[in-house]
Amino acid sequence: MLIKRPNDILPSEITPPEVYADRRRFLQVAGLSAAGLALSQPTRLLAAQSGLPGPIAKSPLSTAEELTPRKDITSYCNFYEFGTDKSDPAANAGRMQTRPWTVKVDGLVGKPKTFDIDELIKLAPLEERIYRLRCVEAWSMVVPWVGFPLSALLKQVDPLGSAKYVEFTTLYDPKVMSRLPVLNWPYKEGLRLDEAMHPLTLMAVGLYGDVLPNQNGAPLRLVVPWKYGFKSAKSIVHIRLTDKQPNTAWNDAAPSEYGFYSNVNPDVNHPRWSQAKERRIGDFLKRPTLPFNGYADQVASLYTGMDLKKNF
Amino acid sequence: MTTAAQSRSPGLRMLSPGQISTLKAVLFALCLIPAAWLVWRFFQQDLGANPIETITHATGDWALRFLLITLAVTPLRRLTGWHWLIRLRRMLGLFAFFYVFAHFSIYIGLDQFFDLQAIANDVLKRPYITVGFAAFVLLIPLAATSTNGMIKRLGGKRWQSLHRSVYAIAIMGVIHYWWLVKADLTEPILYSLVLAMLLGFRVWWRNEERKAQLAGKYGMEGPPGVKLNQRIIPIKSQ
Repeated sequence: MLIKRPNDILPSEITPPEVYADRRRFLQVAGLSAAGLALSQPTRLLAAQSGLPGPIAKSPLSTAEELTPRKDITSYCNFYEFGTDKSDPAANAGRMQTRPWTVKVDGLVGKPKTFDIDELIKLAPLEERIYRLRCVEAWSMVVPWVGFPLSALLKQVDPLGSAKYVEFTTLYDPKVMSRLPVLNWPYKEGLRLDEAMHPLTLMAVGLYGDVLPNQNGAPLRLVVPWKYGFKSAKSIVHIRLTDKQPNTAWNDAAPSEYGFYSNVNPDVNHPRWSQAKERRIGDFLKRPTLPFNGYADQVASLYTGMDLKKNF
Repeated sequence: MTTAAQSRSPGLRMLSPGQISTLKAVLFALCLIPAAWLVWRFFQQDLGANPIETITHATGDWALRFLLITLAVTPLRRLTGWHWLIRLRRMLGLFAFFYVFAHFSIYIGLDQFFDLQAIANDVLKRPYITVGFAAFVLLIPLAATSTNGMIKRLGGKRWQSLHRSVYAIAIMGVIHYWWLVKADLTEPILYSLVLAMLLGFRVWWRNEERKAQLAGKYGMEGPPGVKLNQRIIPIKSQ
């Protein structure tokens, strides 16, 4: 079957640099004039009111696909520390305190550092990135994240030449989280360093122009749009650079079902369910799944020469 | 076993035909509540972000629950002495089939949207779907032979041995659920325990009957020269 797939970023979607620069100049001149922003972005919450440092730039890496309603993104979540039903995180994650919050970044780096979350958020200009997100359970969403590229954070700590992988450890606080031993807590995820440095790889701190809700992984969540959703380590407390492939929680729990790479490959079935199609939340019919979740043009080269059926 | 219930409330042992009909009508309405609740939530748009998944899971849960409720009738009847319970079993069994059928239809029609290739792949390649599908297919003859006419046509004994396949079907149902769960096995374990209890009761009860038969045959003394307990052990392990 011929699947005709246009480039992910249509020329029409990319904001011309002069317009972009103009907008910045306008903002500089007008400051964060609420009236001005309200006129230009009537449907979005204003940065000045959202608790995120503004302005929030629109990223040319965004998809133009229709957004999944905020209500669905915040009520249909997998965050097993708060329960295994999709509705559990929204019900229980409110107990998690996201301030004060620190993120330790160490391992094979020249300048290990522990960041305060508020300092971290200001480390790079925030952008809105509208990404497709696909779950291995064969549903998908389109999510307007707010965040900054992970590479901006990693550059702060000077990765050593020996660093090959990045390991993410997330919060496990039994006082507020479920004690169910469904995975080995704390939850761990990992990326190869080049995957981590890829411009698409985002540290999300916000959603729909506002602060990230707890159930979606506040205050800091990893978003890797060409991978399955379970790569999205939520509520990160520790990032470590290493020369060995890190263990990951799902790979530990079921190695035959969840590999390290978890690239979206419609030809590789999850052993218990097909990955050929997905249901976009809000849709009735399923749609065919795209290789690398539609980001093949940008990321396929990272995996040249690899057998992604073995390295699933 | 029956004496306590009997002496305390003799009225519960026997119900008049009128009472049975009322009871059946009430039970029918109760059994429809989960389906009605789903329809209501559908129209209220209260089925969450992934409504098809919600109704697939809900009908599957209720199919399993009704299978277990049906299997609970016999133990409950023996424990309480309420023999009229048996008159309700057919309806419970048919509701189990109703929810299994709904579960299956939603998978075929709404989840896969009649994509026969995808469905065939699922049935052949995914063990949890294979076993669930087999359980559904095996339930069809039971539902089809649930009428009095069919009992007569098949003869009581053949009908009964056919309907004993419900034990295997219930086990398959629980396996289907167990195998599809990603990580948290709490609920499948719960269903397994209830099923083990319901089937375990029957095994225990058959053993007791054998013991009683043996005692009856030889008298309470047991066979000549052998103490009853010694004689029973090898039979139990058969």
